[in-house]
Amino acid sequence: MESLYILVPLSVVLAIAAGWVFRAALDAGQFDDLERPALDLLDDDDRPAGPPSGPPA
Amino acid sequence: MASTLAARQDFPQVPAPAAACFHCGLAVPAGGSLQVLVLGESRRMCCAGCEAVTRTIVASGFQSYYETRDQPKAGAPPRLADLPPSAIYDDPLAQHRFVARTAAHEREATLLLDGVRCPACIWLNERFLRRQPGVISVAINYSTRRMLVAWDERRLALSGIIEAIRSLGYDAFPFDPQKQRAREMEEQRASLWRLFVAGFGAMQVMMYAFPRYMDDAGTISAQDGQILRWAGLVLTAPVIAFACGPFFRSAFADLRAMRMGIDVPVSLGLLAGFAASAWATVAGSGEVYFDSVSMLAFLLLASRHFELSARRKAAAGLDRLARWMPSLALRLDSEGSGPGCRIAAHDLRPGDRVLVAPGELVPADGPVESGEGSTDESLLTGESRPVAKTAGSWLIGGSINVDQPLVMRVARAGMDTHAAAIARLMERAAAGRPRLVEAADRVARVLTWLVLGIALATLVGWAAVDVSRAAWTAIAVLMVGCPCALGLAAPFALASATGALARRGVVVRSAQAIEALAAITDVVVDKTGTLTEGRLRLARIDVLAGTDAATCLGIARALEAGSAHPVARALEEGGAREAACDAVPAVCNARHAAGSGIEALVDGTRMRIGTRRFVAGIAGRANWIEPDHAAESAVYLGAHNHWLARFALGDCLRPDAAGMVDALRARGLPIHLISGDDPRVVREVAARLGIDRFQGEISPSGKFDYVRHLQAQDRKVALIGDGLNDAPGLAQANVSIALGQGAPLSLRQADFVLMSGKLAGVPDAVRIAQAAMAAIRQNFGWSIAYNAVALPLAAFGFVGPLEAAVGMAASSFVVILNSARIEAAFR
Repeated sequence: MESLYILVPLSVVLAIAAGWVFRAALDAGQFDDLERPALDLLDDDDRPAGPPSGPPA
Repeated sequence: MASTLAARQDFPQVPAPAAACFHCGLAVPAGGSLQVLVLGESRRMCCAGCEAVTRTIVASGFQSYYETRDQPKAGAPPRLADLPPSAIYDDPLAQHRFVARTAAHEREATLLLDGVRCPACIWLNERFLRRQPGVISVAINYSTRRMLVAWDERRLALSGIIEAIRSLGYDAFPFDPQKQRAREMEEQRASLWRLFVAGFGAMQVMMYAFPRYMDDAGTISAQDGQILRWAGLVLTAPVIAFACGPFFRSAFADLRAMRMGIDVPVSLGLLAGFAASAWATVAGSGEVYFDSVSMLAFLLLASRHFELSARRKAAAGLDRLARWMPSLALRLDSEGSGPGCRIAAHDLRPGDRVLVAPGELVPADGPVESGEGSTDESLLTGESRPVAKTAGSWLIGGSINVDQPLVMRVARAGMDTHAAAIARLMERAAAGRPRLVEAADRVARVLTWLVLGIALATLVGWAAVDVSRAAWTAIAVLMVGCPCALGLAAPFALASATGALARRGVVVRSAQAIEALAAITDVVVDKTGTLTEGRLRLARIDVLAGTDAATCLGIARALEAGSAHPVARALEEGGAREAACDAVPAVCNARHAAGSGIEALVDGTRMRIGTRRFVAGIAGRANWIEPDHAAESAVYLGAHNHWLARFALGDCLRPDAAGMVDALRARGLPIHLISGDDPRVVREVAARLGIDRFQGEISPSGKFDYVRHLQAQDRKVALIGDGLNDAPGLAQANVSIALGQGAPLSLRQADFVLMSGKLAGVPDAVRIAQAAMAAIRQNFGWSIAYNAVALPLAAFGFVGPLEAAVGMAASSFVVILNSARIEAAFR
């Protein structure tokens, strides 16, 4: 059971890392609008996409 | 070009001495080296403030400001921090943007209140402001943090109100939708982040707790158990320290104000649970419940996050309107049709001429001056088809110009527009606190004390029986007993109902009105302008053998052409609907007989149109057999010795009048028809709609008496009217419902306003109000029953901390889901 002494602290570190990733996504505005991006998929326009969180002009 | 050049050459001779700041005219300090390139020359600046302003002016392409100004700006631009902060809001020019004049000396403004965390903050601000001399009314909307305040400008300045708010430790500033949006975004992100920390923490901590639950045989060694505990502690700490912040802050605020709030037992339960578990971990012995603590935090945060987003959704219906005003307008010169200039819409003044391009929002209220096109007013009136506009037609600010460019003359701008008035009405609605909510708050407060008392009794009682279980049983009581569900029960259902009504074009003035509407027993309806359209329409054409309707109508229209009489208008509109007659007869020698009709030569034949007696003068004895229809007035057309046709004109029923009457009757509500009109006409309309209680020839004060008479028999009366001659009745009724096109006064006074002018909104509103009250009663019943069952169970040790956490959160979720049902059921 010695592996616990590595794995449990590792899981704590991983949990904190996951939190950090979520925070980064949140700050990038990925959760500000949960509806529009899903519809962007239906847009047939092949132009490169703009920045993800920009409000429509 | 020559003139610009002259101005440019003249400029250096204007007062600026050698070492004066180009922007403000103050002396440039010795050694000052700030310079900006303006109009092709390098200009010296006295300070960084002037430099920044000048650079901005130049960069924005407004260099010509320096050519056309008479003298340098007096003094350096003040730094914002140096201003006497609130006094800037008293500047009439600034006030124009957010202050409305509601009466001679009465002013109304929407402010955004900063620093509000709980309903208690709102209570405090409202009460405090109401006590200020000169303040007429204050209403704060918790969901949007907006404050609608009315004051008497003779006794108080706006800065006084803001200073009063600041003296409480809050701040307020004029409402700016853009700022509000940023704030909401921030709030939503913070809420989501807390939810994630608590949720992810709870899941992970459960992983560490799970082995012990499975370990019946006791095979986990003490050291292995200890590392799992420590891991639980490490991940629960951020949940408590960060994610639970809002609970602790709110509980602390309550305690400091010597008040009991629902967050107090929750905070106590969370802190005690965490502290006891942390102590057990450090000491290496005793029970740990990190999983229960973080789970409770997560579930509570989830229900609050859900509440926040649902509240916002409900408020969105109102906000859509408030935000719908355009921000820019293209103002034209007063005479010439030059290119015009873009200015902010709230800077428009009555009398300005504005060009509204296709696809743009109409920036203010006013008539079309030139151009023909159509506008989409659906958001403001609920009318789904574009409305045709020609010169003279009235444009509503906030509607969209659909096809052709229109030039309009501004009549009302900024806060005086129709759209702004509606938005203010809605603000007020969301801020009212009905009796029911206040009752719920009182019950919740008592219940909170009860929970604390029971927790203490449990602690003492168990300490006598089994010390090892005392602390955890008391903590379970704290966790399970929080009356959060009760606190959410009413406000949430009312917000949901207000949003549902807004989506149907029904504006509610106050939440109390929803309560009152659900309880009505009788509906009193005004006839003219409410059940009917309030103007003459061509109802029917009776023709004699040998003539046809289209020809007769053509003759009649030709005779009445140029007359502004309502009859002429009715024939004109009626003609547009009937088969168009191509050949317009030539009319000459027209002679108007006042009150009787018109006589003229039509294609050489003498004809008369008008009253029966007038036409009989040339046509001879009338041979119309049927008696006159009571609800209609008739116009006759005849030639020498010869009757041609009879036009029946009536005030037509609105197309949805019958639908409304049937729907209300189906809900068991008796309908009364009252009108100032001829009793025969009233009887006729009543018969057509199947209304058996009606009264005609009733004066405005008679309507008031009618309502009071009903109320004396313990009836709760809703009066539907257009506010033109039933204002006293509307004021007396338990619930007043006004049509959106009605008199402005009735809009201000009515409890409900049918923006779309569609009567179908009335039965909808009754249905939604009743559903909301039913949901509130269910919520109350549920949350009280939950506490009655859960508290004793927890106190006697049948509920562990984990079950307590889940039960508490589940009870809140039930209330939220039940309230959201109001909206879903009527979609």
